[in-house]
Amino acid sequence: MNFLQQALSYIFTAANWGGPAGLAARIGEHLQYTVVAVLVSALIAVPIGMLIGHTGRGTFLVVTGVNALRALPTLGVLLLGVLLWGLGLVPPTVALMLLGIPPLLAGTYAGIANVDRAVVDAARSMGMTESRVLLRVEVPNALPLILGGLRTATLQIVATATIAAYASLGGLGRYLIDGIKVRQFYLALVGALMVTALALILDAALAFAVWTSVPGTGRLRRMPQPLLGDEVVLESGTLAQATSAARYERGDPSPTVEG
Amino acid sequence: MRYLLTHLDAAWALTVIHLRLSLIPVVLGLLIAVPLGALIQRTTTLRRMTTITASIIFTIPSLALFVVLPLMIPTRILDETNVIVALTLYTTALLVRAVPEALDAVPEPVRDAATAVGYKPLIRMVKVELPLSIPVLIAGLRVVAVTNISMVSVGSVIGIGGLGTWFTEGYQSDKSDQIIAGIIAIFVLAIVIDTLIMFAGRLLTPWTRVSGVSRPNVKAAA
Repeated sequence: MNFLQQALSYIFTAANWGGPAGLAARIGEHLQYTVVAVLVSALIAVPIGMLIGHTGRGTFLVVTGVNALRALPTLGVLLLGVLLWGLGLVPPTVALMLLGIPPLLAGTYAGIANVDRAVVDAARSMGMTESRVLLRVEVPNALPLILGGLRTATLQIVATATIAAYASLGGLGRYLIDGIKVRQFYLALVGALMVTALALILDAALAFAVWTSVPGTGRLRRMPQPLLGDEVVLESGTLAQATSAARYERGDPSPTVEG
Repeated sequence: MRYLLTHLDAAWALTVIHLRLSLIPVVLGLLIAVPLGALIQRTTTLRRMTTITASIIFTIPSLALFVVLPLMIPTRILDETNVIVALTLYTTALLVRAVPEALDAVPEPVRDAATAVGYKPLIRMVKVELPLSIPVLIAGLRVVAVTNISMVSVGSVIGIGGLGTWFTEGYQSDKSDQIIAGIIAIFVLAIVIDTLIMFAGRLLTPWTRVSGVSRPNVKAAA
């Protein structure tokens, strides 16, 4: 417990937060790697997932692609990238994309592919073009799963961005790796605690985003939810109804997701 | 590539360590998560608490956990046990959520039929419900096994053994050849393990092939 006290007192000392190597700067670097990698992953994975989910062609590509990307070791790609391209934003972004693309691709694909066929057909029969069917009907209905993928991707990336420090790229991993190298374990603990806090905060924010994205009266009422107590069901049922009334003025939008 | 071929002995030794560190947790996690998941499936509060705890465990970064664990359990820092305990926690956290969901998916008529022919709840669980949830379990296991293999390689930055040491060594001595060899070795290892688990799943569920090929569970992979 001694380490923990040392680590906490380090974190709660204002002097350790300022400067170019202070906690604030390290958090900034860490967030920079995370945000860039998540954005690039989303830019690549979401359109591909939408296309494959919509057309139903290339499903095999999603499954094998996701597995293959997951199997590539992030650390190896990062260090190889640094040797090949030098220090900078490129190596960590490429390496962390390996973690970000699989959940985003799988989430987008599954979300779009699981939209109730009847709803899609209804949209088509009303004369919507294919792109409108995709963007106005399928994507809103798939949003919880897409954002769920984004949540997993962010979580994995923010946790693994720690390794950027091994290639002298900064970030919160600096504390972890330096701490172990010089056998000052409380420093390593500072890094571990800060990364965990950052991950928990980001995850909570995205969990909230997923929750608000549930379309219409929400999955909460439609899906049997044995894990929620009656009070919670009641509460969230009315809550979801209220938000749905505000968002969908034309009435009940469609009982779809994972239908 | 040449590095890999000229260092096959070393590669094998490291592979054994790597597999030990990444797969023992998968087995332990499975042994914990299946009974636990089956137990909590019908108990609303327990299930909610377990789900929440599992989500929180899953949110803790692995490198951080490798470092923090020695504070909570009586092991030395940088000990292999830390890695195994940490990865077991992740495996359990992921599977313990998948098991009740897989059991929920067992059709009610099947459960009723099993009851009607005289299965008591425990036997019904073991002989009917759990076998039917194998496909979902296998999907979860594949993700966990591949993720663990990748996590062990990340552990080399804090001095954990396995094929990841080729990354740190190669980086320090500026040998991209060695890093590439490590990437290939880990990639192949992950794909082999993934494929083995997939085939094990097929062998265990011969009935899935009778009623046509079911769509791979992509959602579980997320």
